[in-house]
Amino acid sequence: MVRYDKKSVITLSVNGALQDVVVRPSDLLLDVLREQLALTGAKPGCKNGDCGACTVMVDGWPIKACLMLAVEAEGHEILTVEGLGGATAVQTAFVVANAFQCGYCTSGFLMVCQALLTQHPQMPEEHVVEEWLQANLCRCTSYQEIRNAVMLMYEAQS
Amino acid sequence: MNTSIGKSIHRKEAWDKVCGRAQYVDDIPLAGALSARLLTSSCAHARIKGIVLTKALSIPGVQAIVTGADCPEHFGPLLQDRPALAREVVRYAGEPVAMVVALDEATAEQAVRLIQVQYEPLPVLLTPSQALAPDAPLIHKQSNGYKKVMEDIYPEVGSNVASRYQIRKGKGQKALEACKTVVEKRFYLPPSDHVAMEVRSARCEIATNGDVMITTTSQAPFSVQTQIASAFLIPSGKVQVKVPFVGGGFGGKAAVSLETLAYLASQRVGGKAVRLTIPREQDMASTPSRLGLEAMIKLGADKEGRLQAAEFTYYLDCGAYSDSAPYMTKAIAVDCTGPYRVEHLSCDAVCVYTNRTYATSFRGFAHESYTFCVERTMDILAKACGKDPLEFRLLNAIRPGDLTPTQVCCTNSLMGDLPGCLTHLKSLGEWEGAKPVQIKADTVRAQGVSCFWKTENPPTDAVSGALITCNEDGSLNLHTGVVEMGSGGQTHLAQILAEKFKIDAQQIHVVMEVDTRVSPEHWKTVASLTEYMAGNAVLQAADDLLGQFRRNGALALDCPEEEIAVSHGRVYSIKNPELFIAWKDIVKGYKTPSGTSLGEPILGRGGFMLKGLCLLDPVTGRGRTGPDWTVGAQIVEIEADLRRYTYRILRATTVMDVGKVINPESMRSMVAGGMAMGISLASREYCSYDAKGIPQAPNLRTYKLMHIGQEPDYRVGFLETPKEDSPYGVRSYAEHGILGIPAALGNALSSAFQQEFCSLPITPEMIWTMAKEREQ
Amino acid sequence: MIPFEFTYCRPDSLQEAAQAYEQLQREGKSTLYYGGGSEIITMCRGGSLQPGAVIDLKAIPECTQFHLDEEHLHIGAACTLNQIKESKVFPLLGLACGRIADHTNQCRITLGGNLCGTILYRETSLPLLLSDAMVTLMGPKGERRLSFKRVFLGSMQLHDGEWIVAVHIPRWALSAKYAHIKHTTNEKIDYPLVSVAALWKGDHLRAAFSGVVSYPLHSEAIDAVLNDHAIPCQTRAEQVIRLLPEAPQQDVEGSRAYRSFLLTNTLTTLLEEWEHGSI
Repeated sequence: MVRYDKKSVITLSVNGALQDVVVRPSDLLLDVLREQLALTGAKPGCKNGDCGACTVMVDGWPIKACLMLAVEAEGHEILTVEGLGGATAVQTAFVVANAFQCGYCTSGFLMVCQALLTQHPQMPEEHVVEEWLQANLCRCTSYQEIRNAVMLMYEAQS
Repeated sequence: MNTSIGKSIHRKEAWDKVCGRAQYVDDIPLAGALSARLLTSSCAHARIKGIVLTKALSIPGVQAIVTGADCPEHFGPLLQDRPALAREVVRYAGEPVAMVVALDEATAEQAVRLIQVQYEPLPVLLTPSQALAPDAPLIHKQSNGYKKVMEDIYPEVGSNVASRYQIRKGKGQKALEACKTVVEKRFYLPPSDHVAMEVRSARCEIATNGDVMITTTSQAPFSVQTQIASAFLIPSGKVQVKVPFVGGGFGGKAAVSLETLAYLASQRVGGKAVRLTIPREQDMASTPSRLGLEAMIKLGADKEGRLQAAEFTYYLDCGAYSDSAPYMTKAIAVDCTGPYRVEHLSCDAVCVYTNRTYATSFRGFAHESYTFCVERTMDILAKACGKDPLEFRLLNAIRPGDLTPTQVCCTNSLMGDLPGCLTHLKSLGEWEGAKPVQIKADTVRAQGVSCFWKTENPPTDAVSGALITCNEDGSLNLHTGVVEMGSGGQTHLAQILAEKFKIDAQQIHVVMEVDTRVSPEHWKTVASLTEYMAGNAVLQAADDLLGQFRRNGALALDCPEEEIAVSHGRVYSIKNPELFIAWKDIVKGYKTPSGTSLGEPILGRGGFMLKGLCLLDPVTGRGRTGPDWTVGAQIVEIEADLRRYTYRILRATTVMDVGKVINPESMRSMVAGGMAMGISLASREYCSYDAKGIPQAPNLRTYKLMHIGQEPDYRVGFLETPKEDSPYGVRSYAEHGILGIPAALGNALSSAFQQEFCSLPITPEMIWTMAKEREQ
Repeated sequence: MIPFEFTYCRPDSLQEAAQAYEQLQREGKSTLYYGGGSEIITMCRGGSLQPGAVIDLKAIPECTQFHLDEEHLHIGAACTLNQIKESKVFPLLGLACGRIADHTNQCRITLGGNLCGTILYRETSLPLLLSDAMVTLMGPKGERRLSFKRVFLGSMQLHDGEWIVAVHIPRWALSAKYAHIKHTTNEKIDYPLVSVAALWKGDHLRAAFSGVVSYPLHSEAIDAVLNDHAIPCQTRAEQVIRLLPEAPQQDVEGSRAYRSFLLTNTLTTLLEEWEHGSI
């Protein structure tokens, strides 16, 4: 059994590298990524699981990092926007489709889209795309641009 | 041939934003900084009987606790009526009461939870009507005793009126009586919130020599500098304000709020760096939100359906403090009619204190609100006159030679082409008329149309500036005071500059961060004035640069300066174009093959100040507040389920006269984004308060924004009637997509459900309630 | 940021979890079982909850089981809503899971967490109430297995230190006719104003509701009315309102009267569709 009572060193696998961090058992994965590992791409938009701006991938699935304890992430593969790679299909698609304005929600949307691509390598039906992306909020765009980005992402894959 | 204007280049910071590299305030490493947290009021209106800090102070790691007693200064951009932390009285639920500074955020929050405040409740006023009632208690005992920052703010003694503006034009009441058709309608719009995805955050550090360094999520770094300097009697040069990327503003980050608190926090701990990032709940309940509005509108038309006379009363709910609301009240008065020719009119616009979260500018600067009221009434009048609502608007659209409510005479340059917008809209939006179309049992399709206009209300002397530095490869660095918060202004400025020199916009590097010590002042990144104000400054700086290129070029090519031309990255002789030099070779001056140095390094500067604006005449309202107008027209099409009282939005269309399309895709998406915000606002957003004035949903779980999947098809069309003194003729456009959308949606739903909707948001429950009331 | 500390335990077996609970009790720590954590984290952050310790159940094999045998579908309480939905084994439960929170959160929220949550809707309970499901509970005093509806009376009635290990759904329910309708204020992802789950055992309709009253409701008296084919659909639906054990909810999401209208309207449509054979 794992038990943590106070600040402890744990090892997290983030963007393919093992990283030691010092965490309290009640520390959130989001805060640890941002403040200890300087991975500030995941954004604290609400810290209540409602906006999706802090979405990262854990073992290939989208997870809101504000609703996960850092200690829970031990032994799992975490991927953040910084680990995506740069000119990947999803990132290129977002640039080309003009799928962001202020950019604050962008990392979260990118990670949901990347998870979607991971779980559904072929473009799924429209309602599945919607269902996945409904976990995130964007206040600037009309969402049409983000939809287009998803299409471009799949086109680039095929 | 254009090299840059009219091209859909990607935003300059695009790759930073998709790689997680774009840095926002809260992304800046925390090492060494203390954290602050706020305790906010749990009452909407109460006297503070006592604050007990003992328990909170006993928590290890707590460095200081600041309360209103520590800060006698009052703040406000127009009228200084707001303390940084409540003093003696709290005036809205969510008002900051105390601030804890601690080693880390967790400790600060622990301490906040241990502060005990004793309140003695006072009567709560939640609407302008309540606040204007003859026996209403005063929210501010001595509002006329507050310091006025601007001349034209008129708080009224012994009332809850923070300011008042009036328009009188033509014959007034008599003209209304002479009209064949007169309609009258009352409206109530509740406040809502900006909900930029980034919550507000500010940091402050005070150096031993007194230099104050603030980093903040602000649309107005230069206002932060001015307000901090003047409130705390610091020479403004000692206050440095930095703004990196901002995660959405929509007007909400134009108000100075957390910066003052961060300064007070740092001051209390000997100048150490302190971070104050507020949680979403406080971002919604404690820092300013969008206004509420009550309106009474009377419109009269002659037998041909021409608008003749109008009467408007607008009560703007500014909440507990005035912030920029008096100017929003003025803005409503200035444009009170909507973009129509109305000869006889009277308008009273009143800014009223209530016990709600105070209001500040919101996308549209109150135009999104009053436009709903005017455009709903226009539909009712069109119906009463037996006219098609779109044709009715076309008939009454303002044209060159007509006078605006404040008696500014319209020209094409000043106003743009509203009739043209309506005509284009008719085809782009596939207008089918006001009558709903039955598509199956209990389901109809309906359309609603609206027009909008907007002029700006900046200080009459607002300024902007630009600096251009050069790189050895010939590319240019552009520095302005414009904040990049999503509106793409920086990218457009790069395009404006690139076009001037006929070079690729890739050759322009934009400095995104604003630093008041480095960046030339840009009044505020508000009112969609970036392209006009900063654009003009950029063109000035480009001219300055050009002169220097010619001087250096003349020396390098050894010919007279008058013979030198600069284009496409080259400096050449007009007489002999084969005699040229790449400008990259003269950016630092020129060195001849023999080693002689000639000329000077090149550095462009440009400045721009608004001209020709004035205060309004207090009696008639005559005067001009903004450099121009932007006009447009919109259609929303919906499908309504008459049995379930629900609806789906199928399509939203905007045609706007933007003067010049600088970047087709970014401008289209900005307008579409505005429409999306308008739909979200009109269909689901409002700040809900209980009877005691406690906000019921200050979080994104209950306060719903539109998610993906509910958005309609968006269509955007542009007209290009140039504005004479603007770069390439471009007009303000960035916020305008929202303006007529609530109205067009309201008109479509009114048509579908055969109800006159006069409040927002229009939810299925509201539709059902009205239908039920009608049945009874 | 959670402003206080707590102890975090992640046991690997049921016994270890029970022992951990007892140990933490001895240490004087108020202890919560932890599934996906969404509700615990948000409540800790907001200040309405301050546990001394949490026991994470996600490493216990019995709590993450998901398998079908001759008689039952066994779903561990630590299975996520998304897992249940994507398995498509029990469609009605899948639909209920698919309408709780949003997809990303569905990848975290567990069945047990939803059933034991303090937020009143607990929408996963509806299909379990309708399907004669069984539930296995474990605690320091040992394991017990009983009928779900005996232990879920609006909320889980657990003994001190007990948690849900798994639920067991009889096979008939997996292939039974079903319907699931959820109405929200406006936005799809929201708490329900009215959520209706319906399951037919043979020709008999069973319906359960969330959002209508202050707890998830299944009533045999209501079922009896719904199945009374002698009465017109609309009248049956109206009678249901009168049979509610308490007045419908009234809050910022929707008024009492509107909830009543929605429930009546939803049930009328459901009954009409049933009569017309379109379900």
